[in-house]
Amino acid sequence: MKSTKSRLLVYGAVVAFILISTSSYFVAAENEQVIQITAKRFEYSPKEITLKKGVPVVLEFTSLDRLHGFTCPSLGIRMDIRPGKVNRLRFVPDKVGTFPFHCDNFCGSGHEGMRGTITVTE
Amino acid sequence: MKIDRRDFLKLAGIGSAVFASGLGGLHDLTNRALATEDEFFFVQLSDTHWGFTGQAVNPDSTGTLKKAVEAVNNLKIQPDFIMFTGDLTHVTDDDKDRRTRMSQFEDIVSALKVKNIRFMPGEHDAGLDEGAAFKEFFGKTHYTFDHKGVHFIVLDNVSDPTSTVGKDQLEWLSADLKKQKKDSRIVVFTHRPLFDLYPDWDWYTRDGAKAIEMLMPYLNVTVFYGHIHQENHKNTGHIAHHAAKGLMFPLPAPGSVPVKNPIPWNASQPYKGLGFRSVDVTAKPAALAIAEFNVKGEKL
Repeated sequence: MKSTKSRLLVYGAVVAFILISTSSYFVAAENEQVIQITAKRFEYSPKEITLKKGVPVVLEFTSLDRLHGFTCPSLGIRMDIRPGKVNRLRFVPDKVGTFPFHCDNFCGSGHEGMRGTITVTE
Repeated sequence: MKIDRRDFLKLAGIGSAVFASGLGGLHDLTNRALATEDEFFFVQLSDTHWGFTGQAVNPDSTGTLKKAVEAVNNLKIQPDFIMFTGDLTHVTDDDKDRRTRMSQFEDIVSALKVKNIRFMPGEHDAGLDEGAAFKEFFGKTHYTFDHKGVHFIVLDNVSDPTSTVGKDQLEWLSADLKKQKKDSRIVVFTHRPLFDLYPDWDWYTRDGAKAIEMLMPYLNVTVFYGHIHQENHKNTGHIAHHAAKGLMFPLPAPGSVPVKNPIPWNASQPYKGLGFRSVDVTAKPAALAIAEFNVKGEKL
């Protein structure tokens, strides 16, 4: 009986580990804004993002083709966007303004035009 | 006061090259007579972007590289070697086209009189296939060579899709540097700047600081790079970094405009902002002297 209970606990822990380890398992914090962004040669969708200063946000990136990058130097955030998984970037916008972002992993002939903006409002 | 070339070179060590603009260099026959066995010069060509098309940017996109080849061939004295610091070809998403462009580029530069030619990739050559096509045509993407007492290190910061030097290459660099003396004369070639020139425009190398840190203990280090299609001279500590002009289109100064786009062709000043450079290397004193040339081979 005891061994069955132990096995169940182990199985449960394994299942929990798998769920937490995979990108499909994700729970945003109560006050977090979640924004899904797809990246493909040579554009982001959406490419214009509006956020609230001080409100935590999770950017969920999915690549539809190959490795891309996301960098917004003015806000000090960047991430590799790897295909086959959801790539999450958490941050709290701490200043108001419009800040450009772009792909910083060379992705092909249209790489230089793969850009967007984040606008942070009060 | 007249300063001759030798006095001028004494102004700085190899880590802080001086600019020989307006002065004679080893490529001038008259000054060649002054050269010792340890002195030599090499030529740096960069960002030729063979395959680029765009009338508004360069209406002579198929002729500019050929003009530069002719200009180098017309130097009175030929350099000991020629270094191409990346973006030999313009990016194409088609693997076959990439190889076609490399083949055409190879054919054009085969007209150079100097046959000691060194190549390295830029992200346009190697960023999409991790350097596979480049290696087929031009060999290794990172390597070292020695010439008349100077140790040259070619670092690849473009073949990794994340535009980094990468752990393996950093370990290789560390092992190579351990063989050098602290006062060895070292010249490093890269495509992208190793330091944070302007990250908003990708003018940096994500792990470049690690490479610079490894180079810092060495007293005589100079870095020559391309990528930004304009001259730029910057020091990180005692290490000087010199960006070269390109040979297809110039780019704006770092951060000078909101969006980085090629500077349009100026019909009243054709080929403005394009060119190549020579680098004179002397042993005593350990120094470098840079001279800039336009596409016609006129010293600037």
